[in-house]
Amino acid sequence: MPAVPPKPAAEPLDPLRWGPTFPEAARGTLDDAQLRTNLRRATRTIRDKRLAVTAELPDWEALRDAGAAIKADAMDRLPELLEQLEANVTAHGGTVHWARDAAEANRIVTGLVRAAGAREVVKVKSMATQEIGLNEHLEAEGITAHETDLAELIVQLAGDRPSHILVPAIHRNRDEIRDVFRSQMPGVPDRLTNEPAALAMAAREHLRALFLRADVAISGANLAIAETGTVAVVESEGNGRMCLTLPRTLVTVMGIEKVLPTFRDLEVFLQLLPRSSTGERMNPYTTTWTGVTPGDGPQEFHLVLLDNGRTRALADDVGRQALHCIRCSACLNVCPVYERTGGHAYGSVYPGPIGAILTPQLLGLDDADAATASLPFASTLCGACYDACPVKIDIPTALVHLRDRALHDGGPRRPTAAGAAMGAAAVVLSSGRRFRWALRGAALAGRLLGGRRVRRLPWPGSLWTASRDLPALPARSFRGAWAARVARVSRATRDTPAAPDGRDPRSGERSPGTDGRGRP
Amino acid sequence: MRIALFTTCLVDGLFPHAAAATVRLLERLGHEVVVPPGQACCGQMHVNSGYPGQAEPVVRNHVRAFWPVVEGEWDAVVAPSGSCVGSTRHQQARVARQAGDERLAVAAERVAARTYELSELLVDVLGVTDVGAWFPHTVTYHPTCHSLRLLRVGERPTRLLEQVGGLRLVDLPDADQCCGFGGTFALKNSDTSAAMVADKADAVLASGADVVTAGDWSCLMNIDGALSRRGAGTRAVHLAEILAATRDDPWRPPGTRRATARSAS
Repeated sequence: MPAVPPKPAAEPLDPLRWGPTFPEAARGTLDDAQLRTNLRRATRTIRDKRLAVTAELPDWEALRDAGAAIKADAMDRLPELLEQLEANVTAHGGTVHWARDAAEANRIVTGLVRAAGAREVVKVKSMATQEIGLNEHLEAEGITAHETDLAELIVQLAGDRPSHILVPAIHRNRDEIRDVFRSQMPGVPDRLTNEPAALAMAAREHLRALFLRADVAISGANLAIAETGTVAVVESEGNGRMCLTLPRTLVTVMGIEKVLPTFRDLEVFLQLLPRSSTGERMNPYTTTWTGVTPGDGPQEFHLVLLDNGRTRALADDVGRQALHCIRCSACLNVCPVYERTGGHAYGSVYPGPIGAILTPQLLGLDDADAATASLPFASTLCGACYDACPVKIDIPTALVHLRDRALHDGGPRRPTAAGAAMGAAAVVLSSGRRFRWALRGAALAGRLLGGRRVRRLPWPGSLWTASRDLPALPARSFRGAWAARVARVSRATRDTPAAPDGRDPRSGERSPGTDGRGRP
Repeated sequence: MRIALFTTCLVDGLFPHAAAATVRLLERLGHEVVVPPGQACCGQMHVNSGYPGQAEPVVRNHVRAFWPVVEGEWDAVVAPSGSCVGSTRHQQARVARQAGDERLAVAAERVAARTYELSELLVDVLGVTDVGAWFPHTVTYHPTCHSLRLLRVGERPTRLLEQVGGLRLVDLPDADQCCGFGGTFALKNSDTSAAMVADKADAVLASGADVVTAGDWSCLMNIDGALSRRGAGTRAVHLAEILAATRDDPWRPPGTRRATARSAS
């Protein structure tokens, strides 16, 4: 048993979306003071680093625009580009497989590992294989998958779930990691300290043996170039380079949205990605490969192109920009909601702001799955994610759009209290006259309350007053006071000749001039 | 100049002193203020809560109420709220287009092009940073998310505050972090919202200010509510109220006799 309990404890049935609604899950994670401290420290560090290295590029905004434009173009021509990619991978000795969904992708990969005669595989950190639950599937088929990315290894050994796209163990501190290594990593000395260097050396020793004996590696892909059939993985530790060059067979599982038109596009994305994700000018290891090369590297290469809801997302005019995501995780690191709740509250391999718009689209919003439908609401729309996104995904607009879909997709829904309240509010707020009447009622309540703050309200007001006071209701609305002022002034000026501004009913009630009360 | 006041529904109903302060300030600067009686709300609450269909009549009403600015009857529209101005600029046309009304969308864009948040109006349109205000308090400024990121008001509010007599401006730690209000987010995700505003209240108290200000009463309502629940002496005061205060007519907490009597005169 791991000394440090896994978070969350249960193995999800579907890694794309598990567990309760966001507010319910957040209630649990918000209580974890250690998790919040870990997250705050880690996200702040990455945030500051990113700001420093993006500020030093004079053309950073132009790079972001270029990234956004290339992605939009690629999504517009997705079928064409994918066929071009397939043709070029095949021409260079690789094999391309198409997978509609997670089950199909898992079946294809398992078949390929079996065909290679392997019982264990090494893996490069990959969001796509996490999304389809490949490790669990392989395990059920009697194949052991070893994660080789350090953070991914920690998560795997702890029986945990990743809580961040880039830093899956962001929710763990050094003491917790030492405890996981001590209890779960074979051959680790009991005296292992929590020093980063000591932890890294222990992991290195453990991994080196795996790299040298594995026949099959499984990777994701950061991007693939249609023009040349080239696939690329960007990483920091060198474990990826090991996986991508040592084993005889390489299987890459790639979401179809990762394709880019031309080799020149690398210029843009290899600048955007490392600076946005780890706050580095360049990542230490970038591996690109094109099919197979006799006598060098893997001699068998399989590219699995995964849909799993992506064409569904593509059909949404506004939401489809979620497919532009390059998985840098900058939006997670700046998100104030993510910083407090952590990734697990989102109940998906894709947490944070991008997850809140990507996951519901991959799964669809028309089946009224309440838990998934809560994700677009897990944001204050503060816009920090939009500012941070290297390819300018307008996450706030997409969130608002998906809220509408979550509430209204799939035909008429059963009436809700919130919907009725919104309808009533729309009636009041679409007429100055009706709004004035509503304000009179509020002002009456204000007079009855006598200018006292409200400290406790029944539900749903209790959701506010549980942690905050409400302001005192004023005895008079602004328009009430303004009407009184206008009346007073018109009484006072009744005997004087009419003001030049004969009141137009549309043009509003004017202030009584500024004569004699000009500049101070 | 003749300036139409877009009161915003929240300020009209809950914080009338902020609207009254806006009027007082603009009149003191020599401008005429008009309050279009047909106005009610910009529709932001409906859009952000996932009800853009129901926002359509709200937007239509707003555009109708402020259309005279396009016809030149007024020189500008001003609102003491970055978030509501953000809604007119970034949401209203979208709501109209979604409802299939291109004419309304274009009209909304034209009205929005003449609608300003208070600090924008003062600095960019009226060209003033010293409004002759006097406010003898230690103040910290919270740059609300929509003013900061949707409108990019930048340094305008702090430039105005720096010119206020008697005012000592102190930094707010983690100023650009959201306070956790987010409209219905505060209810739908009340636990997360509470955690966020708790951190914001901590930051306000750590700043050592006795007043926290912002260009939006919505965010201030959240921060002030958390401060009040803690029994803290630090108060939230809208930027307009600070800029309206003078030696002769100093700021008083809303609800006090003088402030109420004064609010419309």
